[in-house]
Amino acid sequence: MTATLTRQQYLDLYYYMQLNRQLEERMVRLFRQNKIVGGLYSSLGQEAIPVGTAYALEPRDWLAPMIRNIGALLVKGFKPRDIFTQHMAKYTSPTFGKDGTSHFGDLKVRHTVSPISMLGDLIPVMTGVAMAGRYLGQKIVTLTWIGDGGSSTGAFHEGLIFAAQQRAALVLVLENNQWAYSTPVSRQSPVKDFAERARGYGIQSRIVDGNDVVAVYKTAKDAVEEARAGRGPVLIEVKTMRMKGHAQHDPAEYVPKEMFEYWKARDPIALYEKYLTENKVWDAKTKSEIDARIERELDEEQKFAEESPLPPPELAEQGVYCEEGCHTITAEWQRPKEEVMPPRSSVEAVWRVDGFEVAEKLTNGSKQAVSGGNGSKSPKPSARPATKVTAKPAAKSDDDTASAPRVPFGRGPKDKSLRQAAPQKQGRR
Amino acid sequence: MLEGIRQAIFEEMDRDPAVVALGEDIGVYGGAFKVTEGLLARFGPERVIDAPIAETAIVGAACGMSYLGLRPIVEMQFIDFIACCFNQVTNFVAKSHYRWGAPVPMVLRGPSGGGVHGGPFHSANPEMYFVHTPGLKVVYPSTARDAKGLLKSAVRDNNPVLFFEHKFLYRRIKEELPEGDFTEPLGKAAVRREGSDLTILSYAAMMYPALEAAELLASEGIEAEVIDLRTLLPLDRETILASVKKTNKLLIVHEDTRTGGIAGEIAALVCEGAFEDLDGPIARVTALDTPTPYSPPLEEHFLPNAAKIVAAAREMARY
Repeated sequence: MTATLTRQQYLDLYYYMQLNRQLEERMVRLFRQNKIVGGLYSSLGQEAIPVGTAYALEPRDWLAPMIRNIGALLVKGFKPRDIFTQHMAKYTSPTFGKDGTSHFGDLKVRHTVSPISMLGDLIPVMTGVAMAGRYLGQKIVTLTWIGDGGSSTGAFHEGLIFAAQQRAALVLVLENNQWAYSTPVSRQSPVKDFAERARGYGIQSRIVDGNDVVAVYKTAKDAVEEARAGRGPVLIEVKTMRMKGHAQHDPAEYVPKEMFEYWKARDPIALYEKYLTENKVWDAKTKSEIDARIERELDEEQKFAEESPLPPPELAEQGVYCEEGCHTITAEWQRPKEEVMPPRSSVEAVWRVDGFEVAEKLTNGSKQAVSGGNGSKSPKPSARPATKVTAKPAAKSDDDTASAPRVPFGRGPKDKSLRQAAPQKQGRR
Repeated sequence: MLEGIRQAIFEEMDRDPAVVALGEDIGVYGGAFKVTEGLLARFGPERVIDAPIAETAIVGAACGMSYLGLRPIVEMQFIDFIACCFNQVTNFVAKSHYRWGAPVPMVLRGPSGGGVHGGPFHSANPEMYFVHTPGLKVVYPSTARDAKGLLKSAVRDNNPVLFFEHKFLYRRIKEELPEGDFTEPLGKAAVRREGSDLTILSYAAMMYPALEAAELLASEGIEAEVIDLRTLLPLDRETILASVKKTNKLLIVHEDTRTGGIAGEIAALVCEGAFEDLDGPIARVTALDTPTPYSPPLEEHFLPNAAKIVAAAREMARY
C-alpha cells in the first residue's frame, strides 16, 4: 500500500462522500413528496466504499455501479442532476425516463456500464469489458461491486471463474453490509469472510474496513494496480453496515438496535472529518466552504430536475433496436490490428497439459486433506494454468483424432468423411 | 449447411478484427459439431476463446466486449443450454439499447432442433422465448446459402442476433454455395415455391417436409405456395400478408411445440391484416405440446412430417 494522497485528493474524498449523502437526503425528501415515482435505495453509512474505490480508477478505466454506488457515479463525473432526474423519471434523465435509479451509463466518455436489477450479472459483463480492453491494447481496469447477498448468485461464481481463467483486469468489491434485504449474513452462508472465496477461484483477495475511506481507497488503488499489471482479478471484501432498510419502504425492524448503534458510532463521514481535523488536512473554514459548495450545487441540480418535463408518451416505442445509424460502433485500437490478423495470429492449435501427474500426490496427501478440515493443508493448485495453447508444432496423426471422445450423433472426429474433408477445407483458406 | 456457417465465421473474422469467437470447446477441439474447426489455428487464442462451462459468464463477457466495439460470435454447444443464461440474454443484452442506448452487436449461435434422437435436452427449439423478447433478432435458416448470408448480416448488425442452426440440416442438405462475399437481409422471408391454392409458411428443418408436401399436393391438383420465414424477429409481415391475399388460405408448419409457437402470432397478424381475404380457417401443423422424447417412434410421433402437412392441407381444401 504505497498510494499517497495530496491535500486536494483528501478533500475530494470528503466532497464526494458528503455530496453522496446530501444528495440522498434530498431524495428522501423528494420521495416523501411523491416526486420520486419508483424505489429509492440508500447508501447511508456506505459512502466510503463507492467513493474510495472509484477514486482509485483512472479516467480510461471502466466501472459498473450497483444501487448503493451513487458515490462512484459522482466520482466518475456524472452530475447530481443525472441521479435526481433518473429517480424522478424525467425526460432530461440519461435514459430519458426509460429506466430509473442508477440504471444508466455512458460508453464513450465516462466508461460506465449500466447495472440491471438481477444481481451478479455485471461481473461477467465487466470481465468481458476487461478482456476487450486487453485485446484492443487499452490497458484498462474494470471495477464493479456486489453485496453479500448478491455473492450467492450463479452469475457471481461464473463471472469470477471466467475472470480468473482469463486473468481479466477486474476488481470486484464485495460490500458486506451484513444484510441481504432482511436476511443477515449468518443466514446466507457459514463463511465468515467472503474474501475466503477468492481462494476457490485462484485469485487474490483483500479485506478492508469499509467505513474508513482512506483504507478503502488505498486497498482499491493497490488492487487496481495489481489488475493493471496483468496479475488477474482481485476480490476486495469491505466490511460495513447498511444503515437503512433495503429500500425506502422498508423500516428494517428486523435489525437489532444495538447493531445500528455500534455502526452509527462508526459513521464513515464523521470518522473522516475527525481524521482530516486530527491530521490538520483542513480547518473548520475549509469544511464549511465545501459544505456550502455542495448545498449550492445541489440546490441548482435539484431545481433543474424538478423543473424538467416528463417524457412524451410516444417515446416508449422508440429505441428498442439500434437501426438506421443511431450508433456508429467502432473499437478504439491501441495496438496494431495486424497482430490479431492472419498470418500473425495463426498458431498450431494443440493443448499442452502440464502438471497432470496428480494421482500420487493425492494418495499421499489425502489423509491431510481430510484431517485438515477447511482444506488448509490440501495440495495447492498449481499457480500456472494447467493447459495452454502453444505455438509449438506438434505431430497430429489420425490416431489423435481417433482416440478423441465421441461427439453426439456421430458427427465428430470419429466420422470418417469429416476427417477426410477437414484438411481440404482448411487448405482453401 | 455447416459449411456455409463455417465460411461465414471465417470470412467475417478475416474481414474485421473486431469479430471474435467465444464458446465451450470451440478452439482446439473445433466445437462439438466441428463448426469452428481450424478457427483457432487461423486466428489464435486471443480471438478464439475456449471458455469454461459457464453460459452466463460467456454471454455476459460477450456483452461487455461488445460495449468496447467488438463483435463477438458466441457458440452455445447446444442451443438447449441457452436456458442457463436466459437472464443475461433477456435482461442484460436485450434491454441494453432501449434502456441506456448501449448497442450490443453480438451473435449467439448454436445447434438446435430435433429429429436426431437427442432427447429432451439436445433437441430444443427455444426460439419463441426470444421472439417474445423485444431487443433481440431471431434468425433460423433452412439452406446453406441463407445460413452463410444471414450469419454475415447478423455479425454486421448492431443488435444482438440469436442464430439458430438446425443440426438435422448441418450435413444432410447439399447445395452449391456462391463464391465470395454475399449477405442475405435479416427480416425478409423467401418464397420457395409459387402457388395459388394455399400458403404454407414454415422455417428451418420443416421447410423440407413442407416442400415435399407441396409436391404431393400438386399431384392432387392443389398448388401450394411455400414460404420460408428465415427471420422470426422481426417477422416479414408484408410477404406473409401478400401471399395470403393471393392464395386465401394459410397453413403454418413449425417444429416448435404448439402452444405459444409462432403459428399463433402469425394467425393473429393475418386476422388483423387479411381477415377478409381468408377463405377458411388458418391451420397449423406443429410438434406436440410435450418435451422432445428420445425413442425414435416417440420422436417421430412428436414431430411434424410431410404426411401430416398433406393431411392438414387436404382438410383445408374442403373450404
